[in-house]
Amino acid sequence: MLSKNLKRMATTAVGAVMALTPAAILADGHYDGVVVNIMTRPGPVIAGRMVDRGKEFKAMTGAEIRVAEVPFAELFQKILTDWATGTRSIDVGVFASGWGVEYVSAGLVENLDPYIAKDSKIDLDDIAPFFRDFNQKVQGSTYFITLDGDFQMLYYRTDVLEEAGLQPPKTWEEYLDVASKVHGMDMNGDGEADYGSCIFKKRNAQSFFAVQSMAASRVQAMGTNEGIYFHPDSMKPKINNEAWIKAFEIYKATGEYGPPDELNHDIGDSRALAIGGRCALMIDWGDIGPLSIEEGSMINDKVGAVIMPGSKEVLDAATGKLVPCDSNRCPYAIDGINFAPFAAFGGWTGAISKASDAKVKQAAYDFLSYMNQAEQSNVDVTMGWTGYNPYRNSQLDSTAAWEEAGFSKAAAENYLGAIMESLNHPNMASDIRIPGAAQYTSVVLDREVARYLADEISVEQAVANIEEAWEEITEDFGRDEQAQIYALSLGITN
Amino acid sequence: MQTSRVSEWLDRHMGRLFLMPAVVLILVFSIFPLVASLIIAFARIRLTGGGFSVRFVGLRNFEKQFFGSEQFHLLGTFTDISVIGLLFGLLATLGLIWWMVLYVRAHFSVVGFLGRMITFLMALGLAWLFSATLLSGNLFGTLGTTLFYVFVGCGIQFLIGTALAYACSFQFRGTTSFRVIFFVPMMITPIGVGYIFRMMADTTKGPFSGVWQWVGLGEFAWASDPWAARIFIVVADSWQWIPFVFIMLLAAFESVPRDFTEAAELDGANAWQKFTEITWPHVLPVAATVMLIRVIEAFKIVDLPNIMTSGGPGIATESVSLQSYFAWRSLDLGQASAIAYVLLFVTVIICVSFFNLVVLARVRKAS
Repeated sequence: MLSKNLKRMATTAVGAVMALTPAAILADGHYDGVVVNIMTRPGPVIAGRMVDRGKEFKAMTGAEIRVAEVPFAELFQKILTDWATGTRSIDVGVFASGWGVEYVSAGLVENLDPYIAKDSKIDLDDIAPFFRDFNQKVQGSTYFITLDGDFQMLYYRTDVLEEAGLQPPKTWEEYLDVASKVHGMDMNGDGEADYGSCIFKKRNAQSFFAVQSMAASRVQAMGTNEGIYFHPDSMKPKINNEAWIKAFEIYKATGEYGPPDELNHDIGDSRALAIGGRCALMIDWGDIGPLSIEEGSMINDKVGAVIMPGSKEVLDAATGKLVPCDSNRCPYAIDGINFAPFAAFGGWTGAISKASDAKVKQAAYDFLSYMNQAEQSNVDVTMGWTGYNPYRNSQLDSTAAWEEAGFSKAAAENYLGAIMESLNHPNMASDIRIPGAAQYTSVVLDREVARYLADEISVEQAVANIEEAWEEITEDFGRDEQAQIYALSLGITN
Repeated sequence: MQTSRVSEWLDRHMGRLFLMPAVVLILVFSIFPLVASLIIAFARIRLTGGGFSVRFVGLRNFEKQFFGSEQFHLLGTFTDISVIGLLFGLLATLGLIWWMVLYVRAHFSVVGFLGRMITFLMALGLAWLFSATLLSGNLFGTLGTTLFYVFVGCGIQFLIGTALAYACSFQFRGTTSFRVIFFVPMMITPIGVGYIFRMMADTTKGPFSGVWQWVGLGEFAWASDPWAARIFIVVADSWQWIPFVFIMLLAAFESVPRDFTEAAELDGANAWQKFTEITWPHVLPVAATVMLIRVIEAFKIVDLPNIMTSGGPGIATESVSLQSYFAWRSLDLGQASAIAYVLLFVTVIICVSFFNLVVLARVRKAS
C-alpha cells in the first residue's frame, strides 16, 4: 500500500516537473504585467484549450491570458460592438473566419503581415492552402490566425455498411440510397431500430451549413474562386436555381431516415446519437473522429470518413439549370463526380483589435502564433474535447499522434486520408465572407430552410424568398462594395 | 434677508429637488433608450471603426414588416380568404361598428371617441388578420403566435391560478406547505424552465423517453409539429406563471371580509351565490390588475421559444420579441427596433383598452 502511494506521489512529482520544465526554461518575463483579453464561445470547446495554453504562455512570457466566454449566438455582435465603440475590453476575438471580413472592412482588425514577417516559428507553408490563402486573408493581407480547420465530411459506420454489403456514398443520391437500405437496423446492439442518417436540422443552429454542404458540389465546379453565393460581377444571388433546389430537396429527404424529432436537433444532438451508435451516416466537421475514441463511445474503431459526397450534375449559371458534368464543366471531377468540400464556418480564427496597445497586440499575436504552431496545435487537434480540427499538413503526415490519442492505425489513416483529400481539394467551397454574412446565411438562409423543412413553404418559394432577401441585404450594404469584397474573398483580384 | 429668501425658495422647491434624482435616472435609463431606439427604427446602422454610421431610411423598416419581404414573418401569409374567414371578418366588423354606434349614442366625448377609435382599428386589424390567416388555412406570423401565447397562455394561467387560489383560501391541512412549493416555479429563471421542459418533452432520448414510449408517443416529435410545439411552450409558460396568479389572488381571496359571507349565509345564500355576489366582485380589481401585468409580460415572451424550439419548426413558435432578437443578433438594428416598436404599439393599445374598457368600467360601476 505504502509503495503504491509512493509510486503515485513520485509520478505526480515527475509529471509536475515535466509540465513546468519547458516553461521554466523559456520563461523570460518580457511580458510581465501585460494582460491579453480574449473573447470566444463558451468552453470547454475552443475556450478550454485556450485557457490551458494561456497558463503555459504566462509561465513562458509573463503575459496573462484572460478568456471571456459568451454564448455563440452573441459572439459576433459583442466583439463588433466592443471594437466599434472603442470600449477596448477585448484585445483578441476568436470567432468564425467568415465573420472577420466585416470586422476588417470596418477597420477594426490589426493587419498581421508585419508580425508574421518577424515570426520564425509559425511556418505558414505547413498550413493547408485553403486556410492559408483564403481563410486567414482579406484583400491579400493576413488578418487572422487559424486555430481550427473547419470543413464538413461524411462519416459512416464501417461495420453497418459492411454488414449490408454497401460502399460509402460518393454522391448525395447514393447517400439517400444507402441511408434507406440500413435505416431501421439495430446498430448498437440495444435491440432498438436505429437511423440511416443523422443530420442536424434545428432552426437558429447550424442547419444552414448542412444545406450549403449539399449545394456546393452542384453550384461550384471551377475551383474555390467560383464561389457558391453570388455572381461576383453583379452580386446577383446564385440561389434561385435547380442546384440549390436539389440541395434543399436532398436535405429534406435525409430526414426520412433520421430520428423523428430531427427538426429540433442541433449538432450536439446529432453527435450524441452518432457516438451512441445510432446512426449509419452523418455529416459533421472533423469532430466525429476524435469523439469516436472518447470514453463511452459506441463507435470506437467503427467509423470511417470520406470527402463530402459530390454530384454528377452542376449548375449552368446562365440558365439556372443542372447539366451533366464533363471535362470542361467539371475540371476537378473524379469519375464524373464533382466534389466541393464546404469549409463550413471556416474554422475558429483569432484576430487582434487595432485599438489595443502596441505591447498587448504583440503579446496577443505571440499567443495566437503559439497556439497555431505545429508543436502545440498538432497535439490539440487530436483531442476531441478541444473542438480544434486539423489545418496543417504536418497534422496529417503521420498517424503517430493520433494513435497515441487512441485511434487504431487503420482508423487514423482513414480519418486523416479523408481530411487530406478535402483540405487540399482545389474545388473547396468557401463559406460566405462579406459584410452582412450573418444576415445572408444564419438569418435568411437558415429561416427559409427551416420553413421548407417544416412544410410551411415549397422549395421554389424558399429559394425565391432567399433571393429577394439577399438582394435587400446587398442593397443595404451597397452593391458595389459588396461585389468588390466578395470577389476579393474568393481570391479574384482583377 | 438673502438667507431667508434662499430658504424660502428651497422650501417651495424642496419636493421637486428630492424628486430630481429619480426623474434624471428615469430619463437616462428609460426614456433615452426609448427615444434612441425610435430613431434607430427609422435608420440603417452599421458599426464601424470609432463608432457607427447612420443612414436614415424613413419608414422603410416598418414598410418591410407590413408590406415587404418580412410581411409573412410578422403578419403571416395572405393568399386567399376562406368563407369562414370572410364571415368572421364581416361579423367582427359589424360588431365593432355597432359597439362604436352604441358609444356615440350613449355618451360622446372627443377624447373618449378618439380612444375608442384606436381600439376599434386595432381590434378590426387583428380580427381580419385572424380571418385571413388562421381561419383561411394560411400561415400566421410572429404576431399571431404572440397573440396565441398571450390569450391562450394567460387564459389558462388565470383559470387554473384562480381556481387553486380559491381552493387554498379555505384553511385545510397542508395548505401552507402547498403555497411554498407552488411558488417555486416562479423563482426559476425562464431559461431553466425552457431546458427542463425541452428535456422532459424529448420523446427519444429525454429522461421521460420511457414514459413517452409507454404511452405510445415514442415516435411523436412534438417539436416538428407547429401546434404541438406552440402548446408545449404554453404549458411551460403556464407552469412558470400560474404561481404568480395564484399568490396574488390568494391574498385577494383571503382579504374578503368574513362578515359579508357570514351575513350572506344567514340570508340563505348558497356557495355559488356567495362567490358571484360577494367574493368575486371584491377580488375583481386585483384579478384585473394581475391579468394586466401577465398580459404585458406575455407579449414579451422570448426565452421559452428560443430555448425550446429556437422559433421552429419553421417560424411556427417564433414570437415578435424573438423575431426582434434574431434581427438584433445579426446587427440589423433598424429592423430589430422597428419590430420592437410594432410590438410596443400593439401591447400598449391592447392593455390600455383592457384597462379603460374593463377595469375602469368595473370600478366606475362599483362606485
